[in-house]
Amino acid sequence: MTARFAGDTATLTGRSLRHIWRSPDTLVTTAVMPIAMLLLFVYVFGGAIDTRGTGSYVDYLLPGILLITIASGIAYTALRLFLDKQAGIVERFQSMSIARSAVLWAHVLTSLVANVVSVVVVVLVALLMGFRSGAGVLDLLAVAGILLLFTLALTWLAVIPGLTAKSADGATGFAYPLIFLPFISSAFVPTHTMPGPVRAFAEHQPVTAIVNTIRDLFAGQPVGGDIWVALAWCAGLLVVAYAFATATYRRTTTR
Amino acid sequence: MTAAIAVRGLEKSFGDQRVLRGVDFEVEHGSIFALLGSNGAGKTTVVRTLATLLRPDAGTASVNGFDVARQEADVRASISLTGQYAAVDEILTGRENLLLVARLRHVPDAADVADRVLERFDLTDAANRRVATYSGGMRRRLDIAMSLIGAPRVIFLDEPTTGLDPQARLGVWRCVAEAAAQGATILLTTHYLDEAEHLANRIAILHDGRILVNGTPAELKALLPPSRVEYVERQPTLEDVFFALVGDERNPTTDSGALS
Repeated sequence: MTARFAGDTATLTGRSLRHIWRSPDTLVTTAVMPIAMLLLFVYVFGGAIDTRGTGSYVDYLLPGILLITIASGIAYTALRLFLDKQAGIVERFQSMSIARSAVLWAHVLTSLVANVVSVVVVVLVALLMGFRSGAGVLDLLAVAGILLLFTLALTWLAVIPGLTAKSADGATGFAYPLIFLPFISSAFVPTHTMPGPVRAFAEHQPVTAIVNTIRDLFAGQPVGGDIWVALAWCAGLLVVAYAFATATYRRTTTR
Repeated sequence: MTAAIAVRGLEKSFGDQRVLRGVDFEVEHGSIFALLGSNGAGKTTVVRTLATLLRPDAGTASVNGFDVARQEADVRASISLTGQYAAVDEILTGRENLLLVARLRHVPDAADVADRVLERFDLTDAANRRVATYSGGMRRRLDIAMSLIGAPRVIFLDEPTTGLDPQARLGVWRCVAEAAAQGATILLTTHYLDEAEHLANRIAILHDGRILVNGTPAELKALLPPSRVEYVERQPTLEDVFFALVGDERNPTTDSGALS
């Protein structure tokens, strides 16, 4: 059964990766908006933002931009799943003797690959803009691990609208709040200048913990307790999203 | 020997809408069975239940000897489903669609199988083109071709010719005959009376969630009073005219058109 699950998942992942390969515009659009923000904030607003001597603003900004990249990337995961479901392709697979969860896992793995590509593109642009990291190999691995966990958690979240949406707009619309969450966090500006309630929200939402952790890792500095908060948010979201997504899958495919 | 498909007292409601109100029928191994009914009669619900995509509220159904509610995996291994809308992957080529299904069905020599099927379904020339460029009839043929891979014992075709032009319809009919020639049992749904008559060994008329009649085409015709002999002027049908103008691609066994 596990061998079949692995084989079927590999076959179906190959299929959706081929979709991306044939329409790489989804990767480009995923990367374009974060890159535009990066340019805008570094070259237009950045000069006026006081990050209290933590190095260049592009170094300060990049972690938040990477989270925005992932949040916009998973909108396409939801869209791809929605289109498969609408075209009856999910149903065709369901009526075949394949491992049922392979259909979802193929979309999830494809999402991971697509987001890694977009994130790499954004990092390359940041390097051209002067982003430099003092991080060691272990620090960089930790950054990659956190970003992958974040992508995985948001991807399972994206599966839910992908399965339940009635229209393509509905499938992708859920990503907008996620894309804007970094604005009310430490991603663009330090939180200490925000008024009380906003600051309280900013300091207790997941983006701040994740951004602070990645920023420290990139800087090669010791990470504080933020890393545990960041990991707890990602792991917690992953477990909840996975449980809801698989329950939704069972509910929407056998009635 | 049990029947290829056996349905007894099948009931299914969606909310307070009773779609199936006790459906009974059997389909013999190797035969073509048509479920005839108007839109909304419950044909698709029957097919989806038999393909393990819906759970029945009451009654039993078995496919290839396996119970659809309790032996879902065995049922799925015995069947293939071609749904109401051609569920083909538009971004892949025709050949890639067939290879995908062949791999998911764990067919050895997937490439050979795909090539043979392309040939039989007259899709070799279009094999390496993306399906998005295919006509409606080609999509349907590919869809049915995908269903045949892995030699399923029972094939469900839900309205295989709805929305197709007459020539494409004939192409699909030939594909259905091909599938039957492989020895598979075929259950197809349609709301075209001539399609049921042309293809099926047995026809059941589903209306309002129940089977009204079930018999061979000859038996169904015998239900009405015997025909009287009348002399009428034989006018060509519009279909005859259409085929006379565009070139007849119908089977030589059928009426080859009044104008030729």
